[in-house]
Amino acid sequence: MTQAREIHGTAALKAMFARAKSEERAAFLPYFPIGYPTYSDSLRTIAAMAEAGVDGFEIGIPFSDPIADGPTIQAATQIALENGTTVPQCLEAVRTLRGQGVSQPMLMMGYANPLVAYGTDRFVRDARKAGADGLIVPDLPPEEAAMFAGSCAREGMALVFMLAPTSDDRRIELVARQATGFIYVVSLTGITGARKELPAYLTEFIARLRRGASMPLAMGFGISTPEHARRVSQLTDGFIVGSALVRAGGESVEAARDLARSMVEAIVK
Amino acid sequence: MTEIYIDTGQTELPDARGYFGEFGGRFVPETIIPALDELESAYAEAIADPSFHAELSNLQRTYTGRPTPISYARRLSEALGGAQIYLKREDLAHTGAHKINNALGQGLLAKRMGKRRIIAETGAGQHGVGTATATALLGLDCHVYMGSVDIRRQQPNVFRMKLLGAEVIPVESGSRTLKDAINEAMRDWVTNVETTFYLLGSALGPHPYPKIVRDFQSVIGAEAREQFQEMTGCLPDACIACVGGGSNAIGMFHAFRDDSDTELIGVEAGGRGIESKEHAARFADLDISRPGILHGTRSYVMQDEDGQIMETHSLSAGLDYPSVGPEHAHLRQLERAYYTMATDEEALEAFQVLSKLEGIIPALESAHAVAEAIKRAPAMPRDSALLVNLSGRGDKDLDSVIALLPPSVPPKH
Ligand SMILES: Cc1ncc(COP(=O)(O)O)c(C=O)c1O
Repeated sequence: MTQAREIHGTAALKAMFARAKSEERAAFLPYFPIGYPTYSDSLRTIAAMAEAGVDGFEIGIPFSDPIADGPTIQAATQIALENGTTVPQCLEAVRTLRGQGVSQPMLMMGYANPLVAYGTDRFVRDARKAGADGLIVPDLPPEEAAMFAGSCAREGMALVFMLAPTSDDRRIELVARQATGFIYVVSLTGITGARKELPAYLTEFIARLRRGASMPLAMGFGISTPEHARRVSQLTDGFIVGSALVRAGGESVEAARDLARSMVEAIVK
Repeated sequence: MTEIYIDTGQTELPDARGYFGEFGGRFVPETIIPALDELESAYAEAIADPSFHAELSNLQRTYTGRPTPISYARRLSEALGGAQIYLKREDLAHTGAHKINNALGQGLLAKRMGKRRIIAETGAGQHGVGTATATALLGLDCHVYMGSVDIRRQQPNVFRMKLLGAEVIPVESGSRTLKDAINEAMRDWVTNVETTFYLLGSALGPHPYPKIVRDFQSVIGAEAREQFQEMTGCLPDACIACVGGGSNAIGMFHAFRDDSDTELIGVEAGGRGIESKEHAARFADLDISRPGILHGTRSYVMQDEDGQIMETHSLSAGLDYPSVGPEHAHLRQLERAYYTMATDEEALEAFQVLSKLEGIIPALESAHAVAEAIKRAPAMPRDSALLVNLSGRGDKDLDSVIALLPPSVPPKH
């Protein structure tokens, strides 16, 4: 069921947010690392979530020292590395998923060092060729992003930066000026990981960001349940679910698919 | 002796973005960028304030016991028959290592910033002990991350930290050494950034840490340069220091940076030898060490082809780290400093030689610097001089060394 994608990169993300908006909900982007629990299971999990109707993906590239990640993603990416997962394999995974007809936008998400080792220009070009639409590097603030910005602009790839509850107006302005595609809103001061409750201040926090940034806001960190998804969907343009889906994906492809599906159902009106 | 307790020296580096040439910077999650900005401006305010200098220099003098002396190593020099060897005695600083210089400086800064919860990472445990000591003195709360491998090989320091009132948190991820302790400390900081001061222990990490740590350690070289001139009327032909993250070395080198006749020599951990690939010689093995990004800074990083950080090996926990402070990468590129390495075996030998000939049991880290002096001195003229930074004392290492030197084989010499 290969279907050619007509739009790519930032344009594909724009269309994704527009569609969600027209349905009065936020776009739902699962994060899943390549190579966990095995290479083929990670591809099957992503394909199954695509079937379940999610809007886009963050494709995780494992790194040995993931300082922004909590225990679930640390353990999963460690297993992925033990399985021999490499940067070229992560690009190959995107190419394979596109070949299988997965048409949702995909952003490569990985720490700076493996991408620098691969070559930043080469990485952006090869990611685009494989069918990716953008890039998120959690340890790359906009001040250090020149090494990716030129090639992302040339290839039409989104280069997403983050904002956090600690970001002041100056940071909001800087990130809004430099990010393309969307801004990744970190919901809390902390690392990734499933949480029982979402912070109480989200409404006010998002309102503060909206005053300084007109581009789409996608929130991540801690969103774990269909109830969380429903709440965030009323607030933001998009949201990312990582640890909860990774944990489910460690059990089975079906468990991850079912959790993704229940989140899709929670946000669709 | 003039009191130069923080040399904020009018060096232009790092630049405003925290770069030493092409090394340094700030590669961290957005959440902690505002905290780094806050730290940078609080530090700038503190060092512009004479009362901060007065408070720190008073503690350095009346608590740490500074200035630490320089000892002339007469019997070692005679045995080697070449250059005269002098030792800057950071082992005599309170807590037994140079780490206290930085711990007290940052501790005072934390207090000034109103941050009562202090976190730190430690490898050999000396920075952990330094931090636990500073927090005990200043009445702050202390939590130290330490790899479980290091907890095993540095037991006395673990006990000292606990005695000093610190919580020691074992880290079980990755190689369970210094690198992983820094990962955990950064995760803690990202989570508790609003209330917590990260008291980083070496001249690495995101800007402004490499600068702050260098400034607080530059007391070593500032004292040593003056003391050495007083003793000998000239400057040493070379300064030698071991390089883990690089704080004792940069602290020694900083004052000598414009003395072009004084060579600056950093000694990395050669572990089981370069060929074995089991070492932490970031500048010696360019097959597996290249510029990269680890713990917030761009410097040389030991990594595989795919950019995954490699596990390192050294007998000495304080040198067992896959990257190195960015200013060292810069000094090496400028060819202002030269970097070499000593193997586990050479360090162990130097550990015994210094004990026997000088009555000084060095830290295994510092023994790497002594090993380089032992290698160099014989080929140098008798009227030349080597100044070795003896960064710490070896009591903490006795358990590891006892295990390595079986009782049936008496120590050499
Ligand atoms: C006595 C001693 N020397 C040297 C080091 C290495 O650190 P640095 O390179 O930052 O001086 C340590 C680290 O724990 C140490 O305890």
